[in-house]
Amino acid sequence: MGLKNNLHNFKEKNKDKKWLPGFNALFTFLYMPNETTHNGTHIKAADDLKRTMNTVIMALVPCLIFGMFNAGYQHYLAQGLIDSADGFLGASFWTLDNLTVGLWKVLPLVIVSYGVGLAVEFIFAIIKGHEVEEGYLVTGMLVPLIVPVDIPLWMLAVAVIFGVVIGKEVFGGTGMNILNPALTIRAFLFFAYPTWMSGDKVWIHGAVERDQMIAAGQNIDAISGETILGSLAQGKEVAYSIWDMFYGIIPGSVGETSTLLILLGALFLIFAKIGSWRIMLSSVVGALVMGLIFNGFVDAGVITEGSKFYGLMSTEFWHHLLIGGFAFGTVFMATDPVTASQTNKGKWIYGFLVGFLSIMIRVFNPAYPEGVMLAILLMNVFAPTIDHYVVQGNVKKRMKRLKAKTA
Amino acid sequence: MGLLSKKDAKLITDPLADNNPITIQVLGICSALAITAELKASIVMAVSVMAVLGIGNVVISLMRNIIPSKIRIIVQLVVVAALVIIVDQVLKAFAYELSKTLSVFVGLIITNCIIMGRFEAFALANKPWQSFLDGIGNAAGYGLILIIVGFFRELLGSGTLLGFKVLGDPIEKTGLYAIGYENNGFMLLSPMALIVVGIIIWIQRSRNKALIED
Repeated sequence: MGLKNNLHNFKEKNKDKKWLPGFNALFTFLYMPNETTHNGTHIKAADDLKRTMNTVIMALVPCLIFGMFNAGYQHYLAQGLIDSADGFLGASFWTLDNLTVGLWKVLPLVIVSYGVGLAVEFIFAIIKGHEVEEGYLVTGMLVPLIVPVDIPLWMLAVAVIFGVVIGKEVFGGTGMNILNPALTIRAFLFFAYPTWMSGDKVWIHGAVERDQMIAAGQNIDAISGETILGSLAQGKEVAYSIWDMFYGIIPGSVGETSTLLILLGALFLIFAKIGSWRIMLSSVVGALVMGLIFNGFVDAGVITEGSKFYGLMSTEFWHHLLIGGFAFGTVFMATDPVTASQTNKGKWIYGFLVGFLSIMIRVFNPAYPEGVMLAILLMNVFAPTIDHYVVQGNVKKRMKRLKAKTA
Repeated sequence: MGLLSKKDAKLITDPLADNNPITIQVLGICSALAITAELKASIVMAVSVMAVLGIGNVVISLMRNIIPSKIRIIVQLVVVAALVIIVDQVLKAFAYELSKTLSVFVGLIITNCIIMGRFEAFALANKPWQSFLDGIGNAAGYGLILIIVGFFRELLGSGTLLGFKVLGDPIEKTGLYAIGYENNGFMLLSPMALIVVGIIIWIQRSRNKALIED
């Protein structure tokens, strides 16, 4: 018990120091929450905020590891150095070379995201004089997974500062924010540096560099790594099979490609009772409904091949679940307990609209080929309103029942 | 200040900080969001508003005893409208390109709440000289915020100040751009103007706790 006791004594000794919240954050992360009860009988629940956050991070780890391999795989594949992997266990996918590239590109993203984000949290905790809140633990893991692999690190740092300060701290910190901080960070990047967040060059490591080398007069082939959504939006033929999309062996943001692993994460979250299955399910339903409506337009002949919406509208409705960031957003971002609706009925409405709007924005907005980010942010804003009406509706129902009883 | 009495000086200095029309009274936000993507437009807007508000306040103050209170809003509107049209014509004659950038927003000075607000709250009840100072002061307070916002939005959004490439050339990759810096396109969009104004309000209130209302 030596170390732990020493640390505890250290904490007691420095009780009124300004920097103590910084120490406490690390202390409780490794050992235990700092409020402990001393008398009486209590029901003990093991999952405080930190445990909840850790569970989500565990659910994200497979996506992160897969994202690393995929980063390397896409890099080498685009250069024609390896064969395309055939299936999830393809021999050319899980190689050390791929992982090395992935580690080299993705780890800095993780480090910058956590380093900058936690620094901001620590600074705010010390200025405001409260304990460091755990809110950034999950955000810090989500951020590297939803950006393109080649995003310059300083841009990420600027976006993280913006997202944590404007998206969260000004509202009062963890638990008070209206918008999902990770998505705020991504939205900032998207509007601030659109050339790094969309197009066919940013999704594969090295594509931008190559373009510059070609511009400088070197005789090499350009790499193009259009995402599936990008190709569809332009009405091009998609070069990937359905199984590729499901496994996630496609270009895209670091951790969002593998629907299979996201599904595993979703099951884990539902099993641990941390992610809301209502939101996930209703969001999928919403997306399917919107997809069916669009397919209906195409079948009815309203939208013909000449239309610029034809490519995305004629996509089979259920393919929408596999491509782009839809699955990732639905499972890990829409279910954020702070920014989603709180009531059960509200969750159904909220989730449905997230899915519905995602596909609608995806199809109709030519500037933003992915809609799930904007859809979730929009519904974040409406979540309190939805809750308000659900609660009011319930109050009204019970008042009526009361009246019927007393009358 | 020898030129102004202490009370008169306060008319000018108060709206600059502790009673700023934008950050404290939160008036005139629409134009602050719309035209601050460039510093030059902000400055011209600030000067235009100053001309309209300074002269308008004097005119209203001179007429304050003969305006029937039932139709005072209409009279005020006529005065602002006349002044705004003059400003608009002057801009069109001498700074055509700029008046195109500002487009409808010069005309919309008429609807700027600060102007009608000062007419109602001050010029109708005070002498011309004080009204003039009040108008200049409030317009300066408004212009100050416009210029601060315009400064940051143009610097970070386009990498220029008044059109000069102070951070280097983004296409030739000189200056800051040589080491990988890029312009922040978000700064050019109106939402960012709102956030910048918000940050100014934040800084101001955290420095002066008396301004925080519950």
